[in-house]
Formats: sequence, structure tokens, C-alpha cells
Amino acid sequence: MGKVFAFGAASGHAARVDAVFLMILVIGGFFFFLTQGMLIYFAVKYRRRRPDRDNETPQITGNHLLEFFWIAIPSLVVLAIFYYGWRVYSDLNISPVGATEVYVNARQWLYEVKYPDGRTALNEIHVPAGKPVKFILSSSDVIHGFYLPDFRVKMDMIPGRTTTLWVQPDKPGRYQIYCTVYCGDGHSTMLAQMIAMDAHGYAEWQEHRQEEAGEKEHEPLAERGERIMRKAGCFNCHAVEGPEKIGPDLKGVYGRKVALEGGRTVVADEEYLRESIVDPGAKIVKGHPNVMPTFKTTLSPGDVDAVVAYLKTLK
Amino acid sequence: MEPVSGESGSERGYLAERGWRSWAYTMDHKRIGLMYLLTTIAFFFIGGVFALLLRLELLSPQAKYFSNHTYNVFFTLHGAMMIFLFIIPAIPSGLGNFFIPMQLGARDVAFPRLNLASYWIFVAGFLVVIASLVSPMDTGWTFYTPYSAKTGAAVATLSFGIFLIGMSSILTGLNFIVTIHKLRAPGMTWHRMPLFIWGMYATSIIQVVATPVVGVTFLLLAMERLLGVVFFDPAKGGDPVLFQHFFWFYSHPVVYVMILPAMGIVSEVIPVFSRKPIFGYKAIAYSSLAIAFIGFLVWGHHMFTSGMSPLANALFSFLTFFVAVPTAVKVFNWIATLYKGSITFESPMLYALTFIGLFIIGGLTGPFLGALATDVQLHDTYFVVAHFHYTMMGGTVMGFFAGLHYWFPKMTGRMLNEKVARIAWALVVVGFNVTFFTMFIAGVRGMPRRYAEYLPRFHAENVISTAGAFLLAIGILVLFWNLWQGLRKGARAPGNPWRALSLEWQTASPPDTENFHEIPEVTDWPYGYGKPKGPAA
Repeated sequence: MGKVFAFGAASGHAARVDAVFLMILVIGGFFFFLTQGMLIYFAVKYRRRRPDRDNETPQITGNHLLEFFWIAIPSLVVLAIFYYGWRVYSDLNISPVGATEVYVNARQWLYEVKYPDGRTALNEIHVPAGKPVKFILSSSDVIHGFYLPDFRVKMDMIPGRTTTLWVQPDKPGRYQIYCTVYCGDGHSTMLAQMIAMDAHGYAEWQEHRQEEAGEKEHEPLAERGERIMRKAGCFNCHAVEGPEKIGPDLKGVYGRKVALEGGRTVVADEEYLRESIVDPGAKIVKGHPNVMPTFKTTLSPGDVDAVVAYLKTLK
Repeated sequence: MEPVSGESGSERGYLAERGWRSWAYTMDHKRIGLMYLLTTIAFFFIGGVFALLLRLELLSPQAKYFSNHTYNVFFTLHGAMMIFLFIIPAIPSGLGNFFIPMQLGARDVAFPRLNLASYWIFVAGFLVVIASLVSPMDTGWTFYTPYSAKTGAAVATLSFGIFLIGMSSILTGLNFIVTIHKLRAPGMTWHRMPLFIWGMYATSIIQVVATPVVGVTFLLLAMERLLGVVFFDPAKGGDPVLFQHFFWFYSHPVVYVMILPAMGIVSEVIPVFSRKPIFGYKAIAYSSLAIAFIGFLVWGHHMFTSGMSPLANALFSFLTFFVAVPTAVKVFNWIATLYKGSITFESPMLYALTFIGLFIIGGLTGPFLGALATDVQLHDTYFVVAHFHYTMMGGTVMGFFAGLHYWFPKMTGRMLNEKVARIAWALVVVGFNVTFFTMFIAGVRGMPRRYAEYLPRFHAENVISTAGAFLLAIGILVLFWNLWQGLRKGARAPGNPWRALSLEWQTASPPDTENFHEIPEVTDWPYGYGKPKGPAA
């Protein structure tokens, strides 16, 4: 069934949504061919052949029985569609007891993930496959969206409110998350991934408190820094090559003389770079908005060192 | 009724007087209508250029020609201009101004001076909108808070411009309601009014009732931005979702302001070119009012994922489906009108039939978005973009084109080149479907809207869409080039080239300033085509 689309349904709920979609598609298809067919058939069949006799068309002005049916039948059909759509949607409103909870907070333009055990991450959510997962959603600045197309669900993330959404991934895999509520310049690069892991992998991931799979034993510091920046979404706002984005360019940033708002100039040394990551509001580069969030809690001091090391290699 | 020829020394009728003063100070509803038409068509072109720029950028998944910020500005301007400066005013204030009094058998609208004031308020409005370009808007045409309360763009300026435009459309709506109540020719009962008038009547009611709400909403937004009086910012105790309720309480009914006049035009054109009475006159007339009424109760369907209670969502979904019924009734009635007709396919008819065909697709993709389960999936994806372009462009704009071609001889006294008109039509139909049908597929596959950059998996759809958009643009250029040529050197139009029965055709083309030398006496409805008592055409 999921093969109707270019990707499969990733959960039982998604398959049920697809069934509603298919039902509307079939009903809509029927009325489409009925109405378009009659439109074209009548247009062709009753085209004018005898211009001199075109005032001899029958003066039909209505037909109450026909009109009754074409009010009644569509009414019943839309009732059925409403009912089925509402039923399937209702499943979504009550999250199962015992669901794994993950807190996700959005800000321009990234997702901050917090697990109940205190761990944090950016733009990557690790969850167990085959079990219900409940997302507790919030936002720090403007309204954002949290859209999991493989699961056919989305929910807005609203500042000052908490919304929730739950999914139950059938299988392990990486699933795309999109921001769907327009939120500014970085809207279309505000992406994240949900990584559903099998029981074994998930347990292992839970034990490795500080770092996720993928870290190499003797990874050079600069390489690790680049990997961290990519994951944290830094490149959504900072360009290393190509045209400037929202934030200052990073190419050749180390050692550069930086003009700040307020007229001061500083040299971008290690301490300046570190401070700009953990307390970005402290020194605002001239001509750029003060929108960068702090990474104080999401990156460990070791990670920050790695990022600085990477930045120094950008010449 | 015998056509009255335009003697009175001039073949130019109401267009006889020259000089800019004769336009700027005119109180003739026809001239005001024409000024609205030209203004709104100009914005249709500007909005169209923005659309092409968007499509150009979307040729590649990564930002290529301009920055993401520029893209966001462009889609905001495309939406805001197309909606507030083209679709909402084009048919009501343009064609409506011209043809409501003429179809009613009146010499002008009820308040000609107010009508002129409406136009100049509209001009003031769009000048303010243009002034807002010094710091162009990047919020999308929906102005969602808190983003719109925080962005550095000229939100207050643009919303003030739209406030003025809204005021102009309230005054126009009021004018039309009074005109329709008070200035019908003797013998024209409510059930002898052309269906375009019924559509415009329903439209005017919505404009008068709903537009003040968006005016107030923009005032609140401006107070928040300029005076720091907080309504929507949650950090200070406001509620950002409240803005969405206010906004859609206006903007949902307004989609019927956009579509009802076009449906009115289609209801006029179909019987004339089928030589058959309209099927189910009363059903079409009252379904316009039903749509206008139910349209006020369904705004929540834009907000199913905004954290509203499941009960509210269910109620809004339920009510939404009942807008579908009167709409379906109209489609059935138009198709039944064709049955056993004697149909010809001049350009107005081609566009009217295209309206029905494309509107069926737009209409049938509505239930996907009205049903809760599938809306949660498809909301804010390209599926929605495709759906509303099928209804707004495939519907309203095709209806507008039908009206332009249908009434062109009356407005200008010239006939159009049918051959060129058909070429333009073919290009428009193919280009439109290639552009927008593809978007349904991108939406079902999960591509969110308002994305300046997208994942490579959506590349193919976007390339096809862009190709279609340029084909569509060529079609539209040919269409307007043909109108321009018709204006310059079209053959002289007779008073009633389509042998139609409604009153606007029982005058010269172009009509004289006073429309009718004698106010006509109405004895029958305007759809008496066909055998028993069809008047000799």
C-alpha cells in the first residue's frame, strides 16, 4: 500500500493514513472521471452543427429529483470521508502509556534534543524502533514545524506552549525531519533526522553516555570539529565557501580582524572563537543579526576545542 | 429587446472624453472599472514575474541565483501581490464595477463618488505597499506571529497598505450591495437577476463582514511592533496562535471572495455559448449565499496542526466538508447546462470550460486537506500549494480570463482575434497543468512549502514545474498581446456579438456614458435560450 508513494509508510499509523488517502483518491477519482467525462462528452456531442437551428435547444431549466440526488450523494460521501479521517486522526491524540519521551526544542534554525537522562543533542534524535516514542515539543523564538513524512505526521512547535506528537517506528532506520512552518532565512535548511535503532543498538547507545556511534578512535581533532559542526547545523548559517549566509563567513576566520557592533575591533583568536560558540551574544559581528543560540550546554568543552581546531584549518 | 446603436456623434461611447482628468475625476462606473482592471492586471504581471523568479531559483536544490532571504522576500511579494492586489480586486472591482450596473439596467452604482474614492484609496494602498519595499517583507503573505512581530522587515508599512486596500474593498462591497438592492431595472426581480450578480452579492457581503477583521488584526500587529502593546508575543503573555485565528477568520471567507465572482462569470458564459437556459438557476444562486455563510465557520481547517484541541479540529473538519456540497452542486449544474445544447467554442467558452475542468481537480483535492488524518500529513507541503493554485489560478484566473474575453467587445467596442486567443489558451492549459499537477506529487512525497533550498530527492518535480511555469508565462503573454492587438486594430464589435440576453448586451459597444438611453423594462429572466420562448436572436 505504501508503494503508492515513493517511500513506504514507516509505522502502523502511517499505513492507516495512507488508507484514508487511498480512499479519498478512489472516491475523488470516480467523481473526477464522472464530471470530466461528462464535461468533455457533452462538449463534443452537443457542439453546434446547425448554426441556423441553435434556437431549438430544449429549454431545460432544472430537475428537482436530479438536484436532490446530487446534493444528497455528495453530502453522504463527504460525511464518510470526514468520519474516516477523524477516526484515524483520533489515534494520534492519546500517546501510549510507557512511551519513550524525548524533549525537542526548536529555535532559529535548529532542533535541540533533550533526553530524560540529561543527555542533549542537536538535529539528531535517537529512538528505539518498535516502541512508541513521544516528542514533547516547544520553541524558543518563533513557530516552527516538526514534520516526519515517513510517519505522515507533523506538529507545530509554538513558543510559550507545549505540543506533543508520538510515533512508533516499525523498523530501524534514519528518518527525515523537516521544519514546515516558515521561520525565516534558515527555514529550508532546518532539517533533522530521527534515528530509530534496534533494541541492541539502542541499549548500547544509551550506555555510551558521552558520544554516539560514528566517532572514531583516533580521529584528528580538526576532522572531529568539522563533523560536530555539520551535525550541529552550523553550516546552515555560516558559509565556508560560496556566498555569505546569515552569519559571518568562516573561511579564514582565525586571526582575522573582526569589526564588532559598537565600533570595536577584535582579533579572532582561540578565546574569541570559543566565546562566540558558547556565548554568541557577547560580541556581535557588525552587519549580522544577533540570532545565534548558545551551544554552552549542547557541546562539551572538548567538542568546542575540536570546533576551534577545525576553524583554524580554514584558510 | 432591440440593441440600441451608439449614435450620439461618437463611436467611442463612454470612452469619448480624453485627457487624464477625464479618468482621474470620473464617476462613471465603467471608467472606474477599467482603471481597476488595468491596475490589477499590472500587479498580476509583477506577481507573475516574482513567481518565475521563484521557479528559476528552484531549478537547483541549492541556492544558486539569489540568497534564501531574497527567495523568502520573493515568495512573500508573489503571494501578497497576487492576493491583495490582483485576485481579490480584479473581478469584483474591475469587471464587477463595469457590469453590475449594466446587468441590472442601471445608469451607475448607487454611490458613484464613493466608488471613485474606493479606487483612490486602493491606489494609496498599493503605493504604501510599494513603499514597504525599502525593507521588503519576508514573512509570507500570512504574516504569522511571532515571526512577523520580530523580523526587521517593514511589516507595519505593508500591513497598513493592505489595511487601506481592505478599506477600499469594504466600500466597494457596500456600494454593490446597495446598488443590487436599490437600482434594479423595473421588472428585475431577485430571481431575474443574472447569476454574476448573485455571485457578486454574496462576495460583497463577505467583503463587508470579514475585511474589518483583518484590518483590526493588522492594527493589533502594528501596535505590537510600534508601541510595544503585546497581543501575540508569548514572552510577554501574548498568544501567537491567536493571530492565526484572527487571520484565517478573515482569510478563509476571502477565498470565496476570490472564487464566487469567477463562478458568476462561468454561470453567464456557459448558457450563452450552449444556447441553453442555465440548469438549476436557484440552486446556483443560493449556493453562492450558502458558500458565503458556511465559509465563515471553517477557518480552523488552516490550523489543524497548531495545537488546537482535537474536538475543535473535528468540528472544523466536519464543517469544512459542507462547503464542498454547494460547490459540487454548481459544477453539476454547469455540466447539466451543456446537455443537449448547441455549443460553440469561442475563447470565453474555452476558458469557462477550463475553469470547470481545473476547478474539479482543485475541488476534489480539497477533501484530502479537509480530512484530519491526511491533512496532518499534507499540511504545509506542496500539496497545499498545488491545491490552492488549482482553485485560485485554475479557477478564479480562468474565470477572469473568460470574463475578459467575453466582455472585451463590450468594454472596448472591438473584437478579438480568435485564432491567437486559442493558441494562448492551449499554452495556458498545458503550462498550468505541467506546473501545478507536479506539485501534488512533490507534496505527497513530503516536500514542505516555502523552501528556498530542498533535498535532491525533489529535484525532478521542481525542474518539470519550472518548465511548465515558463510555458504558462508564454501563454499569458500571448493572451495579453492579443488583447492589446484587439484594442488597437480589432474589428468593430456589434452591440451583441454573442447574442446574449442579459442587459449589458442590449446597448452599444462600447456603451454610452449613461449606459441606457432609456432604462429597460425587464419581463423575463436572462437565460431564456432555446425552443419554447427563445427570442429570435
